[in-house]
Amino acid sequence: MTELHIQTNDAPPPLEPLIYELGAPGRVGVNLPEPDVPTADLPDAALLRDEVDLPEVSEQDVVRHFVRLSQLNHAVDTGFYPLGSCTMKYNPKINEDMARLPGFALVHPLQDPETVQGALALMYGLQQWLAEISGMSAVSLQPAAGAHGEFSGILMIRAYHIANGEPHRTKIIIPDSAHGTNPATTSMAGLQAVEIPSDANGDVDLDELRKVCDENVAGMMITVPNTLGVFEAHIKEIVEIVHEAGGLMYMDGANMNAMLGVIKPAELGFDVMHYNLHKTFSTPHGGGGPGSGPVAANDKLRPFLPGPIVDVVEQGDEDTPPLYGFVHPPQSIGPLKAFWGNFGIMVRAYAYIAAQGADGLREVTRHAVLNANYIRVALKGTYPMPFDRFCGHEFVCEGHWKDAPGIHALDISKRLMDYGIHPPTNYFPLIVPEALLIEPTETESKESCDNFIEAMLKIAEEAHENPELLHEAPHVTPVGRVDEVRAAKQLNLCCRPVSHE
Amino acid sequence: MADWKIPADCKFTENDEWILVEGETAKIGLTDYAQDQLSDIVFVDFGDVEVGGALTQGEAFASVESVKAASDVYAPASGEVVAVNEVLEDTPEVINSDPYGEGWLVAIKLSDPAELEKLMDADAYAKYCESRA
Amino acid sequence: MTYIPHTDADREAMLKAIGVERIEDLFAEVPAENRFPELHLPQGKSEMEVAWEMGGLASVNAAVNEYAVFLGAGAYNHFVPSVINHILLRGEFYTAYTPYQPELSQGTLQAIYEYQSMMCALTGLEAANASHYDGATSLAEAVTLARAHYRGKRKKVIFSPSINPQYRAVARTYHQGSGMKFVGDKGSATIPDLIDMLDEDTALLAVQYPNFFGQIDDFNGLADAVHEAGALLCMVVDPIALGMFKSPGALGADMAVGEGQSLGIPLSFGGPYLGFFTTTMKLVRKIAGRVIGETVDKYGRRAYVMTLRPREQDIRREKATSNICSNQGLMALAASVYLSLVGKSGLRRVAELSYHKAHYAAQQIDALEGFSVDFSKPFFKEFVVQCPKPVAEINDALIEDWGIIGGYDLSKDYAARENQMLIAVTETNTRDEIDTLVEALRELAEA
Repeated sequence: MTELHIQTNDAPPPLEPLIYELGAPGRVGVNLPEPDVPTADLPDAALLRDEVDLPEVSEQDVVRHFVRLSQLNHAVDTGFYPLGSCTMKYNPKINEDMARLPGFALVHPLQDPETVQGALALMYGLQQWLAEISGMSAVSLQPAAGAHGEFSGILMIRAYHIANGEPHRTKIIIPDSAHGTNPATTSMAGLQAVEIPSDANGDVDLDELRKVCDENVAGMMITVPNTLGVFEAHIKEIVEIVHEAGGLMYMDGANMNAMLGVIKPAELGFDVMHYNLHKTFSTPHGGGGPGSGPVAANDKLRPFLPGPIVDVVEQGDEDTPPLYGFVHPPQSIGPLKAFWGNFGIMVRAYAYIAAQGADGLREVTRHAVLNANYIRVALKGTYPMPFDRFCGHEFVCEGHWKDAPGIHALDISKRLMDYGIHPPTNYFPLIVPEALLIEPTETESKESCDNFIEAMLKIAEEAHENPELLHEAPHVTPVGRVDEVRAAKQLNLCCRPVSHE
Repeated sequence: MADWKIPADCKFTENDEWILVEGETAKIGLTDYAQDQLSDIVFVDFGDVEVGGALTQGEAFASVESVKAASDVYAPASGEVVAVNEVLEDTPEVINSDPYGEGWLVAIKLSDPAELEKLMDADAYAKYCESRA
Repeated sequence: MTYIPHTDADREAMLKAIGVERIEDLFAEVPAENRFPELHLPQGKSEMEVAWEMGGLASVNAAVNEYAVFLGAGAYNHFVPSVINHILLRGEFYTAYTPYQPELSQGTLQAIYEYQSMMCALTGLEAANASHYDGATSLAEAVTLARAHYRGKRKKVIFSPSINPQYRAVARTYHQGSGMKFVGDKGSATIPDLIDMLDEDTALLAVQYPNFFGQIDDFNGLADAVHEAGALLCMVVDPIALGMFKSPGALGADMAVGEGQSLGIPLSFGGPYLGFFTTTMKLVRKIAGRVIGETVDKYGRRAYVMTLRPREQDIRREKATSNICSNQGLMALAASVYLSLVGKSGLRRVAELSYHKAHYAAQQIDALEGFSVDFSKPFFKEFVVQCPKPVAEINDALIEDWGIIGGYDLSKDYAARENQMLIAVTETNTRDEIDTLVEALRELAEA
C-alpha cells in the first residue's frame, strides 16, 4: 500500500455525506400519532436519558441518501458477479414478493401453531425437499447461515460421540483447501482441527488421511466439489477411511450448485451437511446476509439436530390437512438461535424450488457447470491453471505470470472493475498462490461469459504490455484503492463521540 | 526479494522469532523475513504478558496483526519477562522498519540458557528462509 | 428452464468450445453409480402457479394486520415506515454480497458504518460490529468475547434468570464444548444475588434491560461490583427502550447486545432479524463478526472498508474466536433507515407511545376482577398479568372470539409462573384494541 498518494490538504469531497451530516435540528422523517390514551407518569428521571444522538432528516433526505448510496454498489442486478464459492446467481423477483405476503411477513413467531399452519406447512415442505435433494433423512431449518449450519453439524458429531461413550473423539480432519469457517467452527465446538494436504491434482492426499485416522477422530469436514472446483476423485474412499476409523463425515454444502440432481451427498456416505439457501437456492445475499444454512442429517445423526423442527403432529385425511407443529429432536444439541430460523429466507427458497421442480434443479447444475467449464477452457492458454481437468460450477486459476512479475491477482481483480465486472474471489483457496476463484453461475448467458472472457484476455495483455494500468486500477469506480492500513491503525468505527449524558 | 536482514549474533526459530542474548537478559522479536511476510503491521497484542511474568519456550505469548494476516509469536526460550516494548502500542510499524532494533517485543531473563542450543544460527536461518522463498 | 438463458445454439457452441459432446460428459468424475439420481420433487411451476400456491399457504396464517396483537417476548409489532421496504428492495443493496471489494461496495460499507454509529449512539458504547444473526446469538457471542478476553482462564458466566429464556438456551448451545459454565439463572436470583456470585473465575455477568418481564431492574452498584471482580458486564437491551431509558454505556456495561427487529424489521415468523453488538474500544479487537472503518482512498477521498480483518475466520482459521462469516447486512440497513427516519425525537416518541399505552393497558387490566398486574418495579412496554385461568385457555378464546393474539404464557419457561401472561403493547396498538382486550378479559373471567 506504499503507492498511495494521500492528498490531505486538498482531498476531493466525499461521494455522499454521512446521514448525520444531512438535515437540520428539529427535522423528522416520519410522522407519529399523538397518544390516544391518557398518558402515564414517566418513571424516575434518574432512569431516563436526555436524548439519543440520532440524525434529524426529512423522509426525502433519507430516501435520496440511501438511493445514492445504493448507486455506489456493484450487485447481481447491475452486472456480472463471478465471486467464487458465493454463487451469485440471479435473485428472482417473485421470491421477494412471496416473502412480503402479509401471511408470511406479518406473523409473530410465538403465535399458537394452529394459527400459523401455512407457515409450518411451508417449512415442513422445505425440510422434505432439502432432505430429498441431499438424500438425508431429516433437516433442521434453524441455522441462520452456512457457518451456523456447520457449527450445528460439528456439535452434532460431538454430541453423537459423547452419547456413544467416546468423548475422546475430538479430532476433526480438514483439507488444507477448506473454507476458513471449517477450522474456526471446529475450535468453537471445542474440538481440534487437523489439517491435511491436497495432492498435486487438488484431491485429498489419501496417505496423509490414513495417517491421521486413529481412535481419536471425531470426523472430517469436506467440501464437494472441493474449493478448487473439482470433484474429489476418491470421495468414496475418503468416506470409507474415515468411517472405518469411527469418524463421521460432514459435507460443507457451499458448492451444492454443482450437485443438484447430479449426486446426493447421503449416497456418497456423508452423515451430515449444511445448505446455503442464499447460494444454491437463489435467495439474495443482502450485502452480506441474511442467509440461511439448514442442516441435513442421516438416521444416525438425526436425533441430534438443532431444534425445534416442524413435524406432522396429527395426521390429516381426505378432508382435513395434517396438523403441523414444532418438535424437539430427542437428543438435540439445543437451539442455535431464537425462534425457528430465518423464515423469510425459507419462503424465498421454497418459491425457487417450487418454480424449478426436479428437472429444473438438475438443469441449474448442468448449466452452472457448463458455464464454468466454458470459461475455464477459454482462459486455459492464457492464465496458469494448477489443475487441467473438468471443473464443477467454479474453477481456480492463478493471477500472475513469470514474465509479468509485478502483477498480482489483486491487480487483475481491480482492473476487472474497469470492465464493469465484479472480481472473482481473491487469494482463496489458500493453497493456490495468487488464486482467482471464478464462479459464473447458470443464470449468466453465453454473451455474458464471452464478455468476461474477453475482458480477462485483454487484461492478460495489459498485464504484460502496460502493467501500470493494472497497478493503478480501478480507474472508473466511485473510489480508488482504499488505505486499509490507515483504517486498521486509526480505528474509526463510529462517526459520533459517545456521550453518557 | 531474498535479501532479508539476518544478524549474525542472533539465534532464530522456525516460527521466525529472533533472540539476542545481552549478558543475563535476552531480547526477543520478529525477523525481517516475518515482517516482510506480514506486511504493514497495525497492532501487537501482548495478551497477559507483563513484567515479572514467566514465559516458557514454545509458548505463544503475543500476536502481531497486519491488515491481512495475524501471526502468533512464540517464546524462543524460557525466562522471566523483564521488559515489554511499550513503543509498539502506538507505533507497531517499527517492527516493519526496524525488526531487530526498535521493533523488539520483550526482554527476558533466561532461566535455561541451554535451550538456545536448539535454535538456528544465522547461517541455518538464512538457508531456512531461502528454502521458503 | 426457469432463469437459465441458454438457447440450443448456445449450448452447442459452448460444448464444442469445451471439446465434449454432451453436458453429461462434464460430470465424468462423479461416481457413475450415484450419478443423476431421481429427485422426488414436484414438477416445476410457472410464476403464476407458484404465486397461487404460496398465496394459499400465506392466507391460512393469522397475520397481525388482521388481528390485534399483544404478544412480544422477544419479537415486537412496532411500526415499519414504508420507506424501509423501498430501500431494501433496491437491487443494488439486496443482490450484492459482503463488501470484500471496497471500490465496488461503498454503498453497503457506508450504510453499515452509519448503522454502527447509530448503534453506538443508542447504547452509549464506542464500537459496534456489523451485526449477528439475532439477539440470542449476540448474547452467545458476548460470552465468546469474554472467554477470549480472559484467554479461557475465567470460565464462569453469571446469567440473570430474567434474561429471555431462549437467549440463555442459545448461549448454552454455543458453549457446550467451549468449557464455559453458566450459573445464576435456574432460580429466582435478584441483582444482589447475582453480585454475590461474582468471583475470580467469573468472566461475564449478563442482565436484560428491560428484563424479560418488561421491568427495569435496579442496577445501582452492579457495574462497579462486576468490574471489581475483574469481570465484564453485558446488557441485553431493547433498542426501542433506549429511546427513553439510560444507555448501557451510562450504566457501566462493557457490552450491549440485543434484538434489532423492532427497528423497522417485520415479524416474519421469527427471522431474519438483527443481532446488534456494541462494546468499548478496549474490547473491540476481540469482537466477532464484520467491522467497518473509515479511511481514505488513494486520492484522499473519504471511504469505508472492512477492518480488523485478521480476527475473522477466513484469515485466522482455527484460531478465530468465532466462525461467523456473514452478517445480517440487509437487516442492519433496515435499522439504519429506521433510525434515520424516526431520528432524535421520533425514537423517543415511539418509546413513550409504547410506554403510555402499555401503562394504560396495565391499569385497566389490573382493575379487573381476578386479574392483577405486577407493579413492583417500573416497566416499559411489557408487563406481567396474573390471570384467573391458564393462559392458553384465555388465548384460545381471545383469538377465536375477539380477533386478538394474546400475550405470552410464562409458565412455558417458568414453572412457578402458572397463569401468568406477559403482555406487550407498542405504539401500533390502538386504544380501541386495548379496550377490547380489557373487555374480553373481563368476560372470560366471568365465564
